[in-house]
Amino acid sequence: MREIFVLTEHRQGQIRDVTFEMLTKGRELAGKTNTELTAVLFGKEVKNHAKILSDYAKNVLLVEDAKLENFNSEAYQKVLSNLIRERKPLLTLIGHTSFGVDLAPSLAVSLGTPLATDCVDLEFEDEKFTVTRQMYGGKVNVNAVLRKAESYIATVRQATFPVEKGAPMNGEIIEVPSPLSEEITKKRFVEYVLPPPGGVDITAAEVLVGIGRGIKDESNIPPVEELAKVLGGALACSRPIVDKGWLPNDRQVGSSGRTVKPKLYIALGISGAFQHVLGMKNSDLIIAVNKDPKAPIFGVADYGVVEDLFKIVPPLKSKIQELKG
Amino acid sequence: MDIIVCVKHVPETAEAEIKIDGTGKAIEKNGLVFDINEWDDYALEEAVLLKEKFGGTVTAITVGSEDADSVLRKCLARGADKATRLTDPKFEGSDGYAIARILAKVIKDLPFNMILTGTQAGDDGYAVVGVILAELLGIPHATMVKKIELNDEVAKLNRELEGGLEEIVEVKLPAVLTIQTGINEPRYVSIMGTRKAMKKEIKVLGLAEVGLGENEVGEAGSWIKMEKMYVPPVEKQAEFLKGSPEEIAVKIAEILKAKGLV
Ligand SMILES: Cc1cc2nc3c(=O)[nH]c(=O)nc-3n(C[C@H](O)[C@H](O)[C@H](O)COP(=O)(O)OP(=O)(O)OC[C@H]3O[C@@H](n4cnc5c(N)ncnc54)[C@H](O)[C@@H]3O)c2cc1C
Ligand SMILES: Nc1ncnc2c1ncn2[C@@H]1O[C@H](COP(=O)(O)O)[C@@H](O)[C@H]1O
Repeated sequence: MREIFVLTEHRQGQIRDVTFEMLTKGRELAGKTNTELTAVLFGKEVKNHAKILSDYAKNVLLVEDAKLENFNSEAYQKVLSNLIRERKPLLTLIGHTSFGVDLAPSLAVSLGTPLATDCVDLEFEDEKFTVTRQMYGGKVNVNAVLRKAESYIATVRQATFPVEKGAPMNGEIIEVPSPLSEEITKKRFVEYVLPPPGGVDITAAEVLVGIGRGIKDESNIPPVEELAKVLGGALACSRPIVDKGWLPNDRQVGSSGRTVKPKLYIALGISGAFQHVLGMKNSDLIIAVNKDPKAPIFGVADYGVVEDLFKIVPPLKSKIQELKG
Repeated sequence: MDIIVCVKHVPETAEAEIKIDGTGKAIEKNGLVFDINEWDDYALEEAVLLKEKFGGTVTAITVGSEDADSVLRKCLARGADKATRLTDPKFEGSDGYAIARILAKVIKDLPFNMILTGTQAGDDGYAVVGVILAELLGIPHATMVKKIELNDEVAKLNRELEGGLEEIVEVKLPAVLTIQTGINEPRYVSIMGTRKAMKKEIKVLGLAEVGLGENEVGEAGSWIKMEKMYVPPVEKQAEFLKGSPEEIAVKIAEILKAKGLV
C-alpha cells in the first residue's frame, strides 16, 4: 500500500508539536486516499521518540546515525531522498519551520518532485492535489494545484491543524540502516545558542501591551510603555520593533519570539501576521487597535478598534488611571 | 568576495486595501506602492557590509518587469556595483521553482563566492527561491541567517530557530544564504548616491538570452499553479468598539473593569 510520510521534527530531546499536527492531518489524508500513515524519524538514540510516534502512525521508519543527532539539511536530504525513492510515498509532509524551509526545497529539486510550501490545508480530489496557502501577509488565501506527479512534498504551517490523538495505532517500528557512509562535508552543526535575556520576562506578565510597526518611531514608545505600567503590565512587540533595535529581542511575541498567554493582550498597530498571532492567540482577552479594518489581527481579537492608536492611547491611559483612583 | 543578491519588487500591503482582480487569481496592483522586499533589503545591506570589509563586488539581480528597475536603482545607490533585470512576458506566472531556475541559469555563468536572498518574499511567501537556487547550482545553503562570520572558505552562521533560539552552523563557500530581518540596519541612501545610481547601467535579459525554453518558465515550468484567490473566511471576528476615541477609551476601561483587570 502507498504511504503518506510525516517527517518528525525534534530538537534537544523533544518531539516538536508540528509533528503531531502533521500526523493528525496525515491520518485524515491517509484515510481519504487509502494510503498508510508513516512517521519518519532520524536521529541518534531516539527509540523513545519512535515509541511515542507508533501511537500516531501505522509505520515508524527509524534511521539512527550519529550524523543525524542534530538537524542538518545535507544529512537529512540524503537519508530522506533515499527513503522517498525506495518507498514512493504519495505525499511527504514536512513542517514549515526553520528546519523544513532549510530542507524541503532542495529535497524536492533533487527528487524532481513538486513542492508546495506553508500550506494551511491540503486535499486530494480526483487525482488532483490542491493546497491552500496565504499570500500578502495573510490578507488573501489561494488555492493552488500541484503539477501532476507520482509523489508530492508539502510543508505545513505550524499550529494550524489541531492535534487529535485518536485510538493508538500500534505502529510497527521499522529500523532502516543509515545510508550515510561518507562524512557530511558541506554543512556542519556547531551548537545551539540562546541570546542573552534582557530584564523583562514577558511570558510571566499578566498584562501585555504589544506594539507593532504602526508605532512608526522609537520616540513614540515611552507613552505606550506608561500605558502598560498603568495597567500593571509590560511592553511586548512584533518582530519589526526588535529588528529596528527599539526593544530587546526577548520582548518579541511570535514564532521566532516568545509565546505568551497573559490575561490581557492589547495589540497596537500590529497587523496580525500568522507568525505573530502564533505567539499570542491563546491570551485570555485580546483587544486590537489598528487603522485598517481588514487587518488580520481582528480575526483573533475579542474586541477591535479601528482607529489611530495615537488617538486611543492617551484617553485610555487616563481612564484607567481614573478607575484606579 | 563577489556577492550576488537576489531582490524582488513587491507591493506594500500591510496597510493597503487589497482587492482581488478580474482573473480571480491575483490582486489588483493599481494604486499599490511597490518597494524592495523587506528581507532583500537586509540581504543587500549584508552584501554591501561584507564588500566593505573584504572587498569584491555586489551584483543585484531580479526577475521582474521594467518597474523593478526602481528596486535595482535603490540597490545601486546603496552600494551594489552591477544590476541585472530578467524580463520576459513568458516569465509571468512563474512560481518559486521557475523563478529560481531563471536565476540559476544566469548566475551560473557569473563569478561569485556567495549568493544572498531574502528568507521569503512578502507577497507570495514561498520561502523557497534561495534553497532551490542552491540545489540547481549544486552548492550548499543555509536559511534564516541572522549573523555571518567569514573564515577562509567557510561561513560560520547563526540560523534563527523557533522561540528565540538560534543555532550556529558552518557552511562551505560558495553557498546561498537566505537572510532574516534584523541581521543589520539597512542604511539610508544619500541624494548623491541616488543621483549616481541613475547613471549606472541596468543589464536586461529576456528568455532567449537567459537560454531557457518556453516550457521551462512561467506556469508551464512551475510546480504549482494558482487556481483561485479569495479573502480568507472569518472564523471569528472581533466585536468592534465604536465612537470617539474618548468613548472608546471608556468602553475599554469598562470591559477591563468587568473582567477584574483593573
Ligand atoms: C520565519 C519568520 C519568523 C517570524 N517571526 C515573527 C515573530 O516571532 N513575531 C512577529 O511579530 N513577527 C514575526 N515575523 C514577521 C511577520 O511575518 C510580520 O512581518 C510581522 O509580524 C509584522 O509586524 P507588524 O504587524 O508590527 O507590522 P505590519 O505588518 O507592517 O503592520 C503594521 C500595522 O499597523 C497598522 N497601523 C499603522 N499605523 C497605525 C496607527 N497610527 N494606528 C493604528 N494602527 C496603525 C497598519 O494598519 C498595519 O496593520 C516572522 C517572519 C518570518 C518569515
Ligand atoms: N522575482 C524574483 N527576482 C529575484 N529574486 C527573487 C524573486 N523572487 C524571489 N526572489 C528571492 O528569493 C527570496 C525568497 O522568495 P520566495 O521563495 O518567493 O519567498 C526573496 O527574498 C528574493 O531574495
